[in-house]
Amino acid sequence: MSDKSSSNAYWAANLRIIGISLVVWFVCSFGLGIILRPALEGISVGGADLGFWFAQNGSIYVFLVLIFVYAWRMNKLDREHGVEE
Amino acid sequence: MDQFTLNLIFVGATFALYIGIAIWARAGTTAEFYAAGQGVNPVLNGMATGADWMSAASFISMAGIIAFGGYETSAYLMGWTGGYVLLALLLAPYLRKFGKFTVPEFIGDRFYSGGARLLAVVCLIVISVTYVIGQMRGVGVTFGRFLEISTDQGLYIGAAIVFAYAVFGGMKGITYTQVAQYVVLIIAYTIPAIFISLQLTGAFLPQLGLIGTHTASGVEFLTKLDQVVTELGFKAYTGETANMLNMFLFTMSLMIGTAGLPHVIIRFFTVPKVSDARSSAGWALVFIALLYTVAPAVGSMARLNLTTTMWPGAEQGNALDGDAITRAEIDSNPDLSWIRTWEKTGLLVMEDKNGDGMIQYYNDKSEAMNVIAAERGWTGNEVTKIDNDIMVLANPEIAALPGWVIALVAAGALAAALSTAAGLLLAISSAISHDLIKGSINPNISEKGELLAARVSMGFAIVVATYLGLNPPGFAAQVVALAFGLAAATIFPVLMMGIFSKRINKEGAIAGMLVGLIFTAVYIFTYKGWFFIPGTNMLEDVAANYVFGISPLSIGAVGAVLNFASAYIVSNMTKEPPQHVQELVESIRIPRGAGVATGH
Repeated sequence: MSDKSSSNAYWAANLRIIGISLVVWFVCSFGLGIILRPALEGISVGGADLGFWFAQNGSIYVFLVLIFVYAWRMNKLDREHGVEE
Repeated sequence: MDQFTLNLIFVGATFALYIGIAIWARAGTTAEFYAAGQGVNPVLNGMATGADWMSAASFISMAGIIAFGGYETSAYLMGWTGGYVLLALLLAPYLRKFGKFTVPEFIGDRFYSGGARLLAVVCLIVISVTYVIGQMRGVGVTFGRFLEISTDQGLYIGAAIVFAYAVFGGMKGITYTQVAQYVVLIIAYTIPAIFISLQLTGAFLPQLGLIGTHTASGVEFLTKLDQVVTELGFKAYTGETANMLNMFLFTMSLMIGTAGLPHVIIRFFTVPKVSDARSSAGWALVFIALLYTVAPAVGSMARLNLTTTMWPGAEQGNALDGDAITRAEIDSNPDLSWIRTWEKTGLLVMEDKNGDGMIQYYNDKSEAMNVIAAERGWTGNEVTKIDNDIMVLANPEIAALPGWVIALVAAGALAAALSTAAGLLLAISSAISHDLIKGSINPNISEKGELLAARVSMGFAIVVATYLGLNPPGFAAQVVALAFGLAAATIFPVLMMGIFSKRINKEGAIAGMLVGLIFTAVYIFTYKGWFFIPGTNMLEDVAANYVFGISPLSIGAVGAVLNFASAYIVSNMTKEPPQHVQELVESIRIPRGAGVATGH
């Protein structure tokens, strides 16, 4: 935290990564699993439709990938800005 | 070897393991007692978090709820997992960097206010006590069913075990015990699921069985399930929700409620580094997802098995082309002994209303079905009660699995209930000893004195939880709505704003918490009765009375929005936080310099 502008840039980059991740989080669960389900009725996945699968299983897989990608991106960002532990 | 002996061996062996770990991992300092000395590997911490999080409700009840609720109940699956994304992105790394022991401590320091800390302690205790009652009941019921002793005796044994490792081991003992409990519970949950998936669909992975083909009929499994249940007048398993807004808000409330539960948040104080807090949330979700992605398969397959048991013709063709199962067969067929066992508990009730010697299971609320029923001389659904909770526990028996699988499920259900109870008790005792005693009553207490106080409060919390488990208030199940509502509407928003905004001040945070708390509690009490006292509700608890169809279970998300809004408005009308608090916010945003946590 030696340099004020560098720490502001770090925080802004962090907020951007969080923002993108939250969009993915919202789309795969609330979007595909709930709101968009009627619109996706035609796409069938094993006896049901895509929206149903996202609500019961798919969103959880996306959540998992999302957290690890976020952790990896943040560790990289920490090093780029020299704020890692 | 008979079933009772097998159960005794499995449960006894796992208990001996937990006690052994407790003796090995005794806590010697307050840092070890509250946060396991910040030395827990992130993968192990993730595993412990998984066991901490997955309670008797996840293990025993969730699949049953999904079995009978279908698509709509996906809210539980998404809500109870999606919350970990919020934890990893918005709370865990920053709270770890802050480096103290409890959630109220962060709120007290960030909002430079003893009042805010006290308010947080009150919310924490209400949330955790509510939760712990259900766990203690779960322990009692599981013991009662599998070890053939009374529920109360089972509860005493469970309380004594938790006492042994929680009081002496603190967070350190609890964490390592939870790792063992996770292994027991996940094996116990998935093995029967794999067997059943193989029997019904031929798929080894239940997740693939869910979207696979039903072997006996040759059609897709979910299509088969929908066909069988709709034929009997029930709602299709994959059918649409009646109220999309309510499902949306319910999912949101569960997600932000999960991220705001104090006993989950404190798990991230135990890892060595900020980056470990991020990945630990990911590992926690890996271990949670192992159970949660299997749960819809367990639920839907149990539902199909149950229905085809009642209507043997449904296995390959249509249920109504053949006759329902006869009472004589239930009483004589050894494969159906599980029905008789569960009938004895009163959780499954069958009654031959029309006296034709057969048990017709159908939806007698469906008008189309009642026309058919009248033609055939049926006088109502003859399976008059199926408790959701029996689906997971009876699953291995329904599928005629070997006795050791049944014993394993008993040990798994106990592991799920005990691990969650221990985590909750730690959150309660640290709030009492660290936030109340050290934080306000006696700040000069020595390390040794605080450790003793922590152990005494833990013992006290166990006694209270045991008492409430023995004498559960009639409203125990409903209070869970309040616990999640409060976590969502009070704790999560202030923590998030405390990190992401420097402008939110003491006045704003207190106003936000109060608005969230009062709004959520009043909405729930309106339908459930004031402080859950029966008969004091102002409106009947039915969907027709809900504002925009929003059920009391889903209101936490709305309370959270009001919390955010009022904190923002009040903060902007009052003066900004002092310089040292703004510097504190700056420092928690940067990972560098996260040392060992201290209580000072």
